[in-house]
Amino acid sequence: MKFVVKAWSNGGARAGILHLGTSTIDTPSLLLSTRKGLPHFISPDLLSCLPAPESRLLHVSPLHFLEGLSMKTISKIGGLHQLLGLHDHCFVAVPRDSIQCLPEANSTNKIGASFETPCGRLLIKAVEYMEMISSTRPELWATLADEVPAWVSDKRNKTSVDRTIKWLDECISISPASGAVFGAIVGGSSLEERRRCAQEVATRNVSGYWVGGLGLGESMDERPALLNAVIEALPEEKPRLICGLGLPEEILQGIAAGVDIFESTYIYHLTLGGFALTFPLDRTQINASNLVPSDVGSDPRKINLRASVFRKDTTPIVEGCMCYTCRNHTRAYINHLLNVHEMLAQILLEIHNTHHFLGFFRLIRDAINAGRFEEFRREFVQRWR
Amino acid sequence: MNWPRALLTDSGGFQMVSLLHLADITEKGVTFQSPVDGKPMLLTPEESIQIQNKIGADIIMALDDVVKTTITGPRIEEAMHRTLRWIDRCIAAHKRPHDQNLFGIVQGGLDPVLRDICVRGLVDRNLPGYAIGGLAGGEDKDSFWRVVAQCTATLPEDKPRYVMGVGYPLDIVVCSALGADMYDCVYPTRTARFGTAIVPEGVLKLKHKAMAEDTRPIDPQCACMVCKNYTRAYIHSLVTKDAMGSQLLSFHNLYYMMQLSRNLHSSIVQGKFPEFVCNFLQKMFPKGDIPEWVCNAMEVAEIDISSCCAPFRYIQATKVQSNLNEDEIQAV
Repeated sequence: MKFVVKAWSNGGARAGILHLGTSTIDTPSLLLSTRKGLPHFISPDLLSCLPAPESRLLHVSPLHFLEGLSMKTISKIGGLHQLLGLHDHCFVAVPRDSIQCLPEANSTNKIGASFETPCGRLLIKAVEYMEMISSTRPELWATLADEVPAWVSDKRNKTSVDRTIKWLDECISISPASGAVFGAIVGGSSLEERRRCAQEVATRNVSGYWVGGLGLGESMDERPALLNAVIEALPEEKPRLICGLGLPEEILQGIAAGVDIFESTYIYHLTLGGFALTFPLDRTQINASNLVPSDVGSDPRKINLRASVFRKDTTPIVEGCMCYTCRNHTRAYINHLLNVHEMLAQILLEIHNTHHFLGFFRLIRDAINAGRFEEFRREFVQRWR
Repeated sequence: MNWPRALLTDSGGFQMVSLLHLADITEKGVTFQSPVDGKPMLLTPEESIQIQNKIGADIIMALDDVVKTTITGPRIEEAMHRTLRWIDRCIAAHKRPHDQNLFGIVQGGLDPVLRDICVRGLVDRNLPGYAIGGLAGGEDKDSFWRVVAQCTATLPEDKPRYVMGVGYPLDIVVCSALGADMYDCVYPTRTARFGTAIVPEGVLKLKHKAMAEDTRPIDPQCACMVCKNYTRAYIHSLVTKDAMGSQLLSFHNLYYMMQLSRNLHSSIVQGKFPEFVCNFLQKMFPKGDIPEWVCNAMEVAEIDISSCCAPFRYIQATKVQSNLNEDEIQAV
């Protein structure tokens, strides 16, 4: 793995280039969420219709495979690329998956980290986790962490930092030959603990940092200070990855603090709800939309295709959008599919939403490269308040 | 749908059988209870054709009065005659005969006399194609193939014969041997959703624990995207738990059925159909225990499958052949 920062814009926001596996990805970038390595709905043969290379970073939780597939078998097959038939993609392994593998802080103990998963509550030891990493062989992986929600006691929080650092050292010592390791940083909602953890992890021999324990109960107002406490202690030239910041505003918050890679469940939740992103990605459209008053009660950022107002709407979700869904299908058709409970609805929505959200990241990178990130962020947040 | 290829719509008649406890069938049409809001809905031949005209499929189906083959009594005869009366109403209501082909459906239960009357009645109307309906509903296989054989023997040679609701690969091979051309079935996708893959040997249940360690593809001879990229072990981890499992299995199963059709077609064109059938049966019944109904049907279809039958079975089959009556021998 290689990472280079290319541009800065007002404060922490930076644009960079990440060389991972066979891909060269511009940052800030988005990890697409997966279930057992494949998207939730988009079939593997349709993945190529998503914009490349930015759609090639996939977030995988190794814990998903514990339901039905042994690590030995995965190893025998040859790791994730063989298992999933995806040879052009890059896998980023993080134990936590904000949809289905949630850290269960009450059950975590000195033996291992506890997660609430579809196959029940699992306690994962560092050595077991490393077995998963060496079997799945992701290009990039985060060390095992003790993530705690914002409301735990100071003592519990301090313990989580000590444990996370201990497990980090354990993971690194068992580390397989391939795959870049990102050190996990926790600390709950304590600025002191966050700083302490970051400072410790910064001294370890890792390729980058995974900021954990956020998106677990802290408010959006608290977050910037916590992020800054962490980032300030980290070297500039190494990439930072974060989980649990899903909404566009939260992503902007993370970028402003200096985060480079994001795992977000926004697309998944939108898709399940029948929503499609519609906020303009074109500068001229953005300016034009200032003149149009938004309807009372409607969300101008997205539409809910279940609504009967779309029953006869033969326009695409977003006029001019080049995604497979908008090039081939109409709002009326997706409305119909949702009404008759056809899975094609979710497939088409996941394609469009992924395409659109990746477009959002492209806008962000353009703004950073042009030195106007703070302006972009302000405008975006204001317009969609 | 943005579908640039051929389309076929059904009349809505099959729902009569599947929702029978909610349906009231009269000469006018079929009264349903709407599953959406419980209000009574009437589907007439005219309305069915009107809707199909609007949808615009290349082939449309007449509204027929279909009854389950497991039912006995005068209802079957009533339904067959009504189907003939309704075909005239369908023809009259059809506003797009130049771009949409209206197929009639042969009914008559398992009664050869009724089936014959229906075939003659439909053939008199000179329709672009004919379907053999009312089967694929739980009747025994022996009755099933005989109805198909009778219909294919008496329907015009130069028009397509469409066996509705069929089905399993074995059934398709047998019906094709008997002279049928078109099929439809939910089987490939439905069985995929339950974690079952269609393979040359029959079926492969991916849910089975043994699959968790199996690193082979579903079918080593299949060229589909799923068999080229995924192991049984991985699919096992997905089935019945993740939508992607249903997708991947559906993809394979549909590909399998398409490949089967392609092979049937090319083997006939190349004059190697009996060879293909033997090969197919050998893979599915390696011990030679081919079901009697298949042997009987192949006899009537004049396909020699003796090389793949265990000896005892073949003797059974030839016994049955000699029991055919005059009419049946004539038809063959």
